Amino acid sequence: MRFLGAVVLLCVACSARAELTIEITGAGEHQIPLSLVHFAGEEKMVGQPISNVVTNDLLRTGLFKMIDPAGKSPHEPGDVRYDEWPGVDALVIGNVRTLDGGRVEVRFRLMDMVRRTELVGLAVTAKSEQLRAIGHRVADLIFEKLTGSPGVFSTRIAYVNRESKKYRLVVADSDGYGEQTLLALNEPILSPSWSPDGSQIAYVSFERGHASVFAQSLATRQRTLLADFPGSNSAPTWSPDGKQLAMVLTRDGSSQLYLVRSDGSDLRRITFSETIDTEPSFLPDGKSLLFTSDRGGSAQVYRVPVEGGTAERLTFEGANNFSPRPSPDGKYFVYSHFVDGVFYIAVQDFENKQMQVLTGGGWEKKPSFAPNGKLVLFATESQGRGILATVSSDGRVKQKMVAQRGDIREPIWGPFLKQ
Amino acid sequence: MKKIILSIILVNLLAACASEKPKEAANEPAATSAPAATETAAPVTAPAQTAPVSSEATAAANAEAAAPAERSIYFPFDVDAVPASDRATVQAHGEYLAKNKNAKVRVEGNADERGSSEYNLALGQRRANNVKKLLILSGAKSSQIETVSFGEEKPRCADHSEACWSQNRRADIVAK
Repeated sequence: MRFLGAVVLLCVACSARAELTIEITGAGEHQIPLSLVHFAGEEKMVGQPISNVVTNDLLRTGLFKMIDPAGKSPHEPGDVRYDEWPGVDALVIGNVRTLDGGRVEVRFRLMDMVRRTELVGLAVTAKSEQLRAIGHRVADLIFEKLTGSPGVFSTRIAYVNRESKKYRLVVADSDGYGEQTLLALNEPILSPSWSPDGSQIAYVSFERGHASVFAQSLATRQRTLLADFPGSNSAPTWSPDGKQLAMVLTRDGSSQLYLVRSDGSDLRRITFSETIDTEPSFLPDGKSLLFTSDRGGSAQVYRVPVEGGTAERLTFEGANNFSPRPSPDGKYFVYSHFVDGVFYIAVQDFENKQMQVLTGGGWEKKPSFAPNGKLVLFATESQGRGILATVSSDGRVKQKMVAQRGDIREPIWGPFLKQ
Repeated sequence: MKKIILSIILVNLLAACASEKPKEAANEPAATSAPAATETAAPVTAPAQTAPVSSEATAAANAEAAAPAERSIYFPFDVDAVPASDRATVQAHGEYLAKNKNAKVRVEGNADERGSSEYNLALGQRRANNVKKLLILSGAKSSQIETVSFGEEKPRCADHSEACWSQNRRADIVAK
């Protein structure tokens, strides 16, 4: 099932600042033929040309077939001669210019080449170092206009980078650029989780000699110790309204689910099993939690009302199933499916209980949906190193992102940010 | 303080590496042939039925002088109950703690990488907790024992192989 030529190697690594090399396999069933003319004036800017940022974003989705402009270079709608673009459904044109005071102006237009009209246009001025961010916004607009779903190119991801004994909690753009280290320790960091507004990340750190739960502001870097009971404190996850977190404590014996307000107060226990209950994750309506439990004799995915009560087992196939997270629309959940010694990323429909394995298998762990539900981010391994990967939610398009150093673990896709 | 603990752990790890090979081999068949199904069947009270101490001579001798040399307990895959083969090790430490009221230990639970990081953290904690319970049944006081889990985060051995995994499914009794 390889349409475009098996492997498209993107030139993300061309820039000296690239953190990740991206490799894509597969393609969507119905690709939109799209052409993009390099923006006028972009060659004068520092860093990667903005039209490359846009092209790479769109290619990663597998939903677009990029058609070479073949020397044609319109930059304004008046320059476009529609008859010259047979087979092209949409055309992206634009220009970039430097303003006074280190600012740049980007103007772009998306042309509907079939109906011969302009679909959308945007003019933005920003600091020159924000050129990549503008590129992601342009790609988001194109994606939304042509597919009907919002783009996720402006969103961010978080993960843990491990280099021998050094652990870093990292936040990066969805394409792996713009890495920011939120925390660096010589002890393990686990289970980062975004607050719904994207302003904070909760995580597990071993800096106090055992697993304890912290939340940290991205803007101020200020940290709050949320749980530090004897034993293990772990698996934090925010409620959709951001007012409370679910987490796992062993203070009463085995690992059990608890709720706590986001300031760490008002601790309430939700599950009462003598077995392992862990990895809670709120459904989008905030009324119930998915979690992993071995109460039935093997690790499987369950759902329990947020106020506690009877838990319902959801997974039955495979030896073990771990790390459930729901889709943004609440219709599906992804999880790590362990069978015959191999981890796969799988998705299951809540309503008809049908499961689908999305990946080819390996050390594939910790899946999470992009906020538009179209992609799943997960951790896997390539040539003995932990890397990031994504798969489209229909399993057709796969992408690996190889870091320049260290092992990448525990990824999670962040929310849409309010503009 | 942390440095001291770390170096103690290191010494223990080295000692265990050198002495523990036969025991791992003994655990291996169980690990590969007994998957998760029986794992939760061992309730928290299981260690109560353990037989009286069998390794009389060694345990008694150790209790007088130093803590028992063997500090690692090995577990089958996805199992948290202390295996019969390793109970004597735990009991010897329990008796040592009973006779040395000022001694304190930390039980560190670990798991192999087959599972999610959070599930393995929980599994390592259950292993440490079960070792603690058996220590108490052997005469130690709860206040002498701290438990911690490192899950799959601090593997003794990093390869994707049963030879490694069997070493990583482990609880260590570390002097504090």
